[in-house]
Amino acid sequence: MNGLALVFYGGILLLIAVGIWGILSRRNLIKVIMAITIIATGVNLLLVSVGYISGRAAPIVGGDTGIDASSTTGSVVDPIPQALVLTAIVIGLATTALALVAAVGYYRKTGSLELKSWSYGLTNEKEVKK
Amino acid sequence: MNELVFIALATLMFILMIALAVMVIRSKDLIKAAILLSGVSLIASFVFVLLRAPDVAMAEASIGSALTAIILVFAIKKTNRFEEGGEEK
Amino acid sequence: MMERTTFHRSLPAIALALLFAATLFVAFVEVDFGEPRIEEELPVNYQPGEEIDTENITTPGLRYLANSSEETGSANLVTAVVVNYRGFDTLGEVTILFLAATGVGALLSFIKDDDEKKKKKILPPSLILNKGARLVLPLIILFGVYVFLHGHLSPGGGFQGGVIIASGMLLFYIAEPTKGASHKVISIIESTAGLAFIGLGIVGLMTASKIFLANDFAGDWGEVGMLVSAGLLPLIYIAIGFKVGSEMTGLVEKMRGDGS
Repeated sequence: MNGLALVFYGGILLLIAVGIWGILSRRNLIKVIMAITIIATGVNLLLVSVGYISGRAAPIVGGDTGIDASSTTGSVVDPIPQALVLTAIVIGLATTALALVAAVGYYRKTGSLELKSWSYGLTNEKEVKK
Repeated sequence: MNELVFIALATLMFILMIALAVMVIRSKDLIKAAILLSGVSLIASFVFVLLRAPDVAMAEASIGSALTAIILVFAIKKTNRFEEGGEEK
Repeated sequence: MMERTTFHRSLPAIALALLFAATLFVAFVEVDFGEPRIEEELPVNYQPGEEIDTENITTPGLRYLANSSEETGSANLVTAVVVNYRGFDTLGEVTILFLAATGVGALLSFIKDDDEKKKKKILPPSLILNKGARLVLPLIILFGVYVFLHGHLSPGGGFQGGVIIASGMLLFYIAEPTKGASHKVISIIESTAGLAFIGLGIVGLMTASKIFLANDFAGDWGEVGMLVSAGLLPLIYIAIGFKVGSEMTGLVEKMRGDGS
């Protein structure tokens, strides 16, 4: 475990922890969706940083990059986590939009974005019905 | 790149990112939170460049900081701008 | 006073989140950062550039690194993995994207009904934004097309190029709040691109290897680094670019609603 590992894993896991704190402590639906987006960013960073190799170049070869296209082994980072994360980011936007539309539907039904009836001890029947 | 420069840049970016994320969660104004969230994504795309992932950085920069923010703003415009207890401030 | 009560309420949440992060951190102490983990199967005195026997290699990353330029002809290894080695997976991802976009449209059509009463007045955008967007929009779309056309040579590809086009269209929507791209045109582009993806996969069924989404023309038309070097791969990425671009444009337009 070196200093770089401490910075990257520690920073990313703290970012994910901030997202979890947001989900657990906020009752506004759109704020919860924002917290989920923060967690998604953290997980993407974690996956890419697991595939990183110190001192290697980006996985692009040939031409001006100076890496021989026929022997890429030993000179570039692992491309598989990057390919995984690339599609995950695009899917993340579509699912965020779907969740937001669901939140807008909740607002139209109840007149509020707050999840009152789901948090114990704070239920207020009159306000839930409104 | 020099190892020391790399570690200093990474530390700075993570401190900024976590600070912005905490501000997103604490802010009562949802539009402000959406814009801060796009800042988190922008810094994350810089970290992807540090991790030698230019493809992912391009996707994160355009999706995270442009499209996610605007979709959030459109959804907020259809609902309430402020979280409960935030209007009077 | 108000601040203190909210802080009290979120204290257990902070504790739980930090506990979660600490647990994961303990797990990640074992995972070395920046180590060449994919190269554990290499021979002991391996020199860069040496031929390796890929028959016995089980780590996918190492196998892709060793073979990708002969098998795909792509200079960008991420593109090689996304479109060539995991092409079927990408077809699934594009399907998820399509389903999510359709779901947004379907849910919004249920919600819309009682929205008609309170139609707000739309403020016209400023002259500078309006004219500037008209000037910049063709350049942004050109850049997006460049990014997905050169997806196998430089950073970028269908997903990034499509999203860049969508953000250009977003600028257009902000500059012209009353106008929008035709839904019909968007859905025609989207379905044509999706069919082109599957059609290019069926081409793989008909050529030598008889596998869905196989890329048998790799390297036949040029060296690595040329625009035509990667066989069917750039064509598939162009289809993905059009599909993602039109889908994201449609998504943003659906979320915008009717001029609110």
